[in-house]
Amino acid sequence: MTWTITISFAGALLAALLPKDKPVLARWFALAVAVAGLALAVAGYAAGFGQGRQVFVDALWVPSMGIHFLLAADGISRVLVLLTGIASVSGILFSWNVDLRTNQFFAFYLALIGGVYGVFLSGDLFLLFVFYEIAIVPKYFLIAIWGSTRREYGAMKLALYSFVGSAMVLIGLLAAYVTAGAHSTTLAALASAGLPVSFQMWCFPLVFVGFGILAGMWPFHTWAPTGHVAAPTAASMLLAGVVMKLGAYGCLRVGIGLFPHGLDPWGVSFLGIGSWRDVFAWLAVIGIVYGALVALAQTDFKFVIGYSSVSHMGFVLLGLMTLNQIGVDGAVLQMFSHGIIAGLLFAIVGRVVYDRTHTRQFAELEPMHLSRRLPFAAWTFVFAGIASMGLPGFSGFVAELQILVGAWRANPIWTVVSGVGIVVGVAYTWRALQKAFFSDKLPTAHELEAEQHHKLPPITWPEYAGVALLGACTLIVGLYPSILLDQIEPAVKTLLAGGAQ
Amino acid sequence: MNYVDLFRATLPETALEIAALLVLVFDLGFLRKAATNIRMEVAAMVGVVGCAAAIGAVFAAGWDGLSNGRYPLLAAGGPVAVAQIAILFLTALTLLLLIDSEFTRNPGEYVSVVLMAAAGGMIISAAQDLLVIFVGLELLSLGLYILTAFAKKSGNSAEAALKYYLFGGMSAAFLLFGFSYLYGLSGSTYLPRVIFGANNAASHGGSPLLVIALIMIAAGLGFKVAAVPFHFWAPDTYEGAPAPAAAFIASVSKVASFALLISIGHAALRYLQILIELWQRSGHTHAAHSVTVVGNAQPTAATMSVFYGWSLILVILSVASMVFGNLAALAQSSVRRLLAYSAIAHAGYILLGLAFMFWPNRMSQAVLYYAVTYGLTTIGAFGVVGVVERATGSDKLDSFLGLQKRNPLLAAVLLVLFLSLAGIPPLIGFWAKFNLFAAVLSMSGGGMRMGGGLLPLALVALAIAMSAVSLYYYLQVLKRAFVMPEADDTPIKAHPVTMAVLIAIAAAVVVLGCFPALLQSWIASFYA
Repeated sequence: MTWTITISFAGALLAALLPKDKPVLARWFALAVAVAGLALAVAGYAAGFGQGRQVFVDALWVPSMGIHFLLAADGISRVLVLLTGIASVSGILFSWNVDLRTNQFFAFYLALIGGVYGVFLSGDLFLLFVFYEIAIVPKYFLIAIWGSTRREYGAMKLALYSFVGSAMVLIGLLAAYVTAGAHSTTLAALASAGLPVSFQMWCFPLVFVGFGILAGMWPFHTWAPTGHVAAPTAASMLLAGVVMKLGAYGCLRVGIGLFPHGLDPWGVSFLGIGSWRDVFAWLAVIGIVYGALVALAQTDFKFVIGYSSVSHMGFVLLGLMTLNQIGVDGAVLQMFSHGIIAGLLFAIVGRVVYDRTHTRQFAELEPMHLSRRLPFAAWTFVFAGIASMGLPGFSGFVAELQILVGAWRANPIWTVVSGVGIVVGVAYTWRALQKAFFSDKLPTAHELEAEQHHKLPPITWPEYAGVALLGACTLIVGLYPSILLDQIEPAVKTLLAGGAQ
Repeated sequence: MNYVDLFRATLPETALEIAALLVLVFDLGFLRKAATNIRMEVAAMVGVVGCAAAIGAVFAAGWDGLSNGRYPLLAAGGPVAVAQIAILFLTALTLLLLIDSEFTRNPGEYVSVVLMAAAGGMIISAAQDLLVIFVGLELLSLGLYILTAFAKKSGNSAEAALKYYLFGGMSAAFLLFGFSYLYGLSGSTYLPRVIFGANNAASHGGSPLLVIALIMIAAGLGFKVAAVPFHFWAPDTYEGAPAPAAAFIASVSKVASFALLISIGHAALRYLQILIELWQRSGHTHAAHSVTVVGNAQPTAATMSVFYGWSLILVILSVASMVFGNLAALAQSSVRRLLAYSAIAHAGYILLGLAFMFWPNRMSQAVLYYAVTYGLTTIGAFGVVGVVERATGSDKLDSFLGLQKRNPLLAAVLLVLFLSLAGIPPLIGFWAKFNLFAAVLSMSGGGMRMGGGLLPLALVALAIAMSAVSLYYYLQVLKRAFVMPEADDTPIKAHPVTMAVLIAIAAAVVVLGCFPALLQSWIASFYA
């Protein structure tokens, strides 16, 4: 399974060396590398049933400081590696029409994928941090070179926010390493080092906020809508689908895994907030509702999806803060589910609609009557929208249900307020659906004539393939969630039990 | 001390001086009528061979150093050997970058001045005596002033050199005056004895003199490493000097100056060790301290005033440099000035390490690792800037537009080097920072108590925050090279030797960054 990292980086290097004027070569090469990665991820996932934590590679990297090149995976990691595999393949399928500097595009793309695989498979905190930071630079270039609206601003904002978040994590990493005696940086060693509670009390929020910035935690989420809108389709799919999960994974693995006593009650309570757990749970809940409300007011189609990502990541963070089995299970499942669904949504908005109509403004899309001219896009969006709303049968339902049950057990008010967010979620999805595709107005004669002149290009096979892949995943998980939960549950149990020490 | 000992101990410097003379002989004696580029190549080659011979001489000279019978004048081995080998290696690289240049028709004189300045740097790294320090410092500095002025056709070069010279001359005066106060307080010029004596005198009422002396010395040495507020020469010098000279100033003189600061730190700590031994011998019960515990114990004013005062001064210089250097670089439109302000910022990070020298071996290894790798990366950066300048005529951000199309290999090298300077893993710049900050944090109250360690933690947090700021301006240059459309898409050609050197540097940055233990264990092997 760890070969995914190697082949992605090797693929990135080779892609950069491919000739610049042969985009076809670059596309097929990148697809081959991504499919190989997906195959390895699926094989690794299948082999991991009932395995618990597997250690793949453990080499001493810097012996004098106890830093290990440790690659390991438990159920949570395997699920997320699987997500990365699926998202990477579909991202490449939806970038089939990139013609400018194609080899460099796929080089940066594969480098980003390699970094993401690395984070999910790291068993050593230093190694996790290295991969986490490696992922920042390709994101900047992908958005800045191939993006659309305000791409240079969006790219720089995203890069700086991510770097600040990782700087906070670095401070926490160094402090934890030194406080634990400077022997080793492996996650297992740091978790069992018995860090004092007073230390954990300040280190936990620092690291959690550091990772939370990348996870789109309110109020540090402002990079996300701008960045997602500015990014090219494949980058948006990856960013919202996988990279935001890096932040949530860090919150779980490093924040909760290493500093569990940071979540203990402070002893004093202020307006019902008595611990960092309460603080971050409320921030998550605010994020859910705020993201949904702001999405409701957008005039740009892609911004709706961008803010909906913030809202759905709020669910993930809420699930993490419930600290019970079912809530955290739901959080991990939501990471997977939202990764697929967000990928599908951004693919429709970006590749299927925008690349053909060259606009994302509702005011301009409404008169285009896309339900008649692009039925594939319209009905796929219905499918993806239903999944995003959290209707049963799709993966989002299972995940959100688990999170809400877990939240109810922790603090019922959180569930009630999040419920509001779900209702608003339905509202903005329907609004987008109606305004972009199914508008009420009948076409005027002038518009009919214009349509004859500007026929929209047909749907290409990579788009069909990508939609099929993502759609199938969300359906399968929605109808048979045990396929993922069987691996997630034992891993979460172990992680929460470790924190109970 | 006899002259055989002197000759043996200074074999590396002698090799450099002989090489300098040979360069002059070849260039002025035989090649007077030859084409400039042939003269450049021959002079550079002789210089590189001289540096290689000097590296061999470092090993041949042994690890005993030079003593005048009563106390050592020059040390050898440990940090000194690492610094000297690094200086020679970096000098060789800057000489290789010379091959493609057109700024002078007197390459022989240029190379010989470089070699002599490098010899000065070697002396500083090894010096244990105040006067030897000053001699080495002046040898290095005078060479650097001349090198800055070497582009005779450029007004910028002359202006930069004059500013550098005036500022440097004044700093040297401050330094010497500070040294004279220390001599007055202690009666000796041997570093540990100076510190011991100065501290004794200070605790008997002479402490204002000691404070003034430390501040003056900080002024003099802060100038050499371009620390705020003694940094004013750096932007102009980096901008006006010819690219190979700027590379030399940015790398070799920095490594030498930091090696000097390490020597001072070692000497101060040796004084503390002597003090503790004296306490133990005189039967003080609470002095069953080991050096490690000294770091945790509360310093009392009388016993720690030199060490404490010096650390405080270094902390202030470090914070000022980190903050000002990074913030000022944000506003630059000239890449050379950007590199100058970033050099000030990096000096700030290294000074942070030097301020916490409780375990000298660990800290000096981290500082040397940072200084050497920073020097390597900077030489590469100036190499790239030099190539772009020669092709486009200016070093403004706009001359980098579309570099990925005009010369993809050069753009890739630029990407690697600038990301390393910003501290992005898995490149060497990241490891240097991580290592240094980890060393700073483990110096003080490492272990379960973080109470005494609040100041280092806050300083490291500030350093990391400033490092995050620095990503912005490095990305600005990379943005011009990769993202923004080119203004002119004629290909940029670079001399094959220059490209080979730059690619080798970039490869080293990547490989040593992925396998940090390589360089680290090499450095540690000198301490055994």
